[in-house]
Amino acid sequence: MNQNQIRNFSIIAHIDHGKSTLADRLLEVTGALSARDKTDQFLDKMDLEKERGITIKSQAVRIPYKSRDGQDYLLNLIDTPGHVDFTYEVSRSLSACEGALLVVDAAQGVEAQTLANVYLALDQDLEIIPVLNKIDLPSAEPEQVKQEIEEIIGIDTSDAISVSAKSGLGVEDLLESIVKRVPAPGGDRNAPLRALTFDSWYDSYQGVIVLVRVIDGVLRKGDKIKLMITGGVYEVQKVGAYTPHPVTLPELSAGEVGFVIANIKVVDDAKVGDTITHLHKPSDTPLEGFEEIQPMVFSGLYPIDSADYDDFRDALEKLRLNDAAFSFEPENSMALGFGFRCGFLGLLHMEIIQERLEREFGVELITTAPTVVYEVTTVKNELLRVESANMLPPVQLIATIKEPFVLASVHVPNDYVGAVLSLCIEKRGVQREIKYLTSNRVMIIYELPLNEIVLDFFDRLKSVTRGYASLDYEPLDYRISELVRLNVLINGEVVDALSLIVHRDKAQLRGSELVAKMKEFIPRQQFEVAIQAAIGNKVIARQTVKALRKDVTAKCYGGDISRKRKLLEKQKEGKKRMKRVGNVELPQEAFLAILKVKD
Amino acid sequence: MAGLYLHIPFCAHKCHYCDFFSAPPAGDQLATWHLLLERNLRLIGTEQRPEIETIFFGGGTPSLLSPAQVSSTLACCRELFPLSQNIEISLEANPGTLTASSLAGFLAAGINRLSLGIQSFDNKYLQLLGRGHSAEEAAKSFMLARDIGFTNISVDLIFALPGQGPSDLEQEIEKLLALSPEHVGIYGLSVENDTLLQEMVTRGQVAEVDEETYAKSYLQLNRLLSAAGYEHYEISNFARPGFRCRHNQAYWQRKTCLAAGAGAHAFDATGYGKRSAIPPDLMNYQQQLNRGQNPAELLEEFDQRQAMAETLYLALRTSEGVDSAAFAQRFGISLAEAFPAALASLSPHLQQRGNHYFFTAESWLLYDHLISHFL
Repeated sequence: MNQNQIRNFSIIAHIDHGKSTLADRLLEVTGALSARDKTDQFLDKMDLEKERGITIKSQAVRIPYKSRDGQDYLLNLIDTPGHVDFTYEVSRSLSACEGALLVVDAAQGVEAQTLANVYLALDQDLEIIPVLNKIDLPSAEPEQVKQEIEEIIGIDTSDAISVSAKSGLGVEDLLESIVKRVPAPGGDRNAPLRALTFDSWYDSYQGVIVLVRVIDGVLRKGDKIKLMITGGVYEVQKVGAYTPHPVTLPELSAGEVGFVIANIKVVDDAKVGDTITHLHKPSDTPLEGFEEIQPMVFSGLYPIDSADYDDFRDALEKLRLNDAAFSFEPENSMALGFGFRCGFLGLLHMEIIQERLEREFGVELITTAPTVVYEVTTVKNELLRVESANMLPPVQLIATIKEPFVLASVHVPNDYVGAVLSLCIEKRGVQREIKYLTSNRVMIIYELPLNEIVLDFFDRLKSVTRGYASLDYEPLDYRISELVRLNVLINGEVVDALSLIVHRDKAQLRGSELVAKMKEFIPRQQFEVAIQAAIGNKVIARQTVKALRKDVTAKCYGGDISRKRKLLEKQKEGKKRMKRVGNVELPQEAFLAILKVKD
Repeated sequence: MAGLYLHIPFCAHKCHYCDFFSAPPAGDQLATWHLLLERNLRLIGTEQRPEIETIFFGGGTPSLLSPAQVSSTLACCRELFPLSQNIEISLEANPGTLTASSLAGFLAAGINRLSLGIQSFDNKYLQLLGRGHSAEEAAKSFMLARDIGFTNISVDLIFALPGQGPSDLEQEIEKLLALSPEHVGIYGLSVENDTLLQEMVTRGQVAEVDEETYAKSYLQLNRLLSAAGYEHYEISNFARPGFRCRHNQAYWQRKTCLAAGAGAHAFDATGYGKRSAIPPDLMNYQQQLNRGQNPAELLEEFDQRQAMAETLYLALRTSEGVDSAAFAQRFGISLAEAFPAALASLSPHLQQRGNHYFFTAESWLLYDHLISHFL
């Protein structure tokens, strides 16, 4: 198809503002998806995505469209993840487009996440079409939300499109507007091949499937290709596009979006942001914007039953085939046995991986509290990256410890400003800016230690603002901090899996809160259990779980036997999820108690 | 050889701590019940006729039945089943419902073991429990039963009552021993869901005793009653030598027990055993019996592993404990082979005497916790 008849666009929206519903509706109205195929949120393929209403992987769907003036067009909708953990993937997906629909809930207004992604789109010079969704809600205030978009983002909303993705209202106007306003892709069909890889996943039948946007040149079956960053060389077996069902095509040429299958074995060999060119007639410069993604958050994952270790490692390897952003290395804990130190892009990414391991691979896990990466300079002037409290060298060998800071922006209704400010102060934040977006909506910008964010910042933020706040953050820098290792002792023994790195000023408070919370989670045993928090040899807090004195069913006659025995069996089933440390049984919650102290 | 349990799910009124299935009998409901029980028994009799060693009228308040009804029920049993020479026939009775004539009637009908729900000799606690009889009435019922000729009487007591200290408990036992019952059941008060007692606790009118007090009281009862010549033969049961309740012992030994009456449970010891129950639904019970259908439903059927676990779960409740030789013979695998990890974890608690493993009273306090190792 002629380049002039192609439109590549993406949808930017906050969670729950209706991105997936709108995508479904676009497919339906254009006839790309028949009512028979229709499952809700067609593009969110993983069960997890549907259940949680989030998009984890990108998708690209080709939609044929005949405009009102009778012209045929090809619309490529690129659906992107919408979470702070996946900012890099979002930026690459956006750079495969010329336009973006900015979908804002007409009743809710602009949220932090939306804003972050709009800025990414503006950076790529995309044409942005404001779309007010849920226009049929009684609480919709389109005029006010338009004004908000103009004030906050600074884009013209005079020709914003009002839609109801749910009922389909306004969707045809939107399609017209995409054709008219989103520029046709540029690029030269005759220049050497340059195709941007913006996502990839592993398919057990075909190997890695790579989503690409061809910038220049033409990509065909049988071509010898080279990935310019990783250097891998492959032969193309198939090119095609999703309609949304996969369709093989003879070629993908400049301006087009589709998939490439080239016998690539692992997703890591087709990194997001790499450039595909021809082996024999290569382009001399790769596309801009590639970054090597680094895990930001680490935690220890251990199988509850050590017999599951091999299965667990297989499961991690399989997941890794499909998710290059996550890393794992063997780790050994005195308390938990053999497991893995895993690195994630952020907390959501961590939760997703954990959930998939348990759900898809059936491995029961104990997880340790998440931690960030610290930079430690030793007295011998060595630089260490420390991903767990147990890797921290002895105090006398440490010259300085640096911790990562992020620039966090919180959008919140006026009423909760005070609560958010006290939370940020409590979390050792440094204020940058407080900006009134409208008379009622405020943007609060703070420099915060990532360490505090991974602990419980988001949960606390939701609770102090009754769910009204939205949060976004980006890495800022590393700063020297007074950090110490806080140990937890159970009946006198240090439980390595519970050690934490905390700020010295907060050690006392954290220690007390932690042992108090652990006391709630540790069931009583036949003997007394002492829980202590200590810095070095100095105990700073203690709680005692009293010994069990009485646990007996007094009446056990004919009618009681089955019922009461089954009750005990059920309780015991719960105990199987516990890990024995010394002679004390600790449930999973005890290892994550630090995250729950303010519940 | 088998036991026979007859369930009477009626009470004149509900006690404050009770969460069992029971209701006050309306109109001629007791008379109807008595007829249904007999119909139920005949239905069982068409399927099997084992020799009956024990019969237990339980509830509810079986003493709400008239002596004539009890007598006719037992006549029906005699007609249907061969009864052992030295059969034990127990009746649970609420002291408030007994009179000289009813006691004499029960004795004449064939009841030879009476189980009296006295619960406390302190009127303050009887009121709290909502028992509907006084301590004096209870003692009088006991003495009346004795005078009339009952030679095997059991008394149930509740301990761990709110505010009950060691001296209070000692007084309770003093009054109990003055009556010199053959058998004593002791039950720690537990606050069950949806009871008036739970409501009182929630409202702060009554405070539950702490575990330490419970444990101390339990061990105090063990000491006082042992000193008075009673054997602590099961977690909650004491008896003078020769007076253990044979019917209940059969439960802990997983022996066959037939059952009649809505809410009753039966156990069939053939194979690895199966347990059935008649749902506690009076309407349904009546309808099924009117249609000539057996109202019992299978509850669970055991495989070897489950049978071994339940054998231990029940046997270790008793002072006899489990006979490892009998166990190995019964299941073809030794205790040590079947439960190596559990035995290791329990070694500080499990006592051994000859082939028998057993718990002491101190360990019984943690019974649910300890026994989980086998489940």
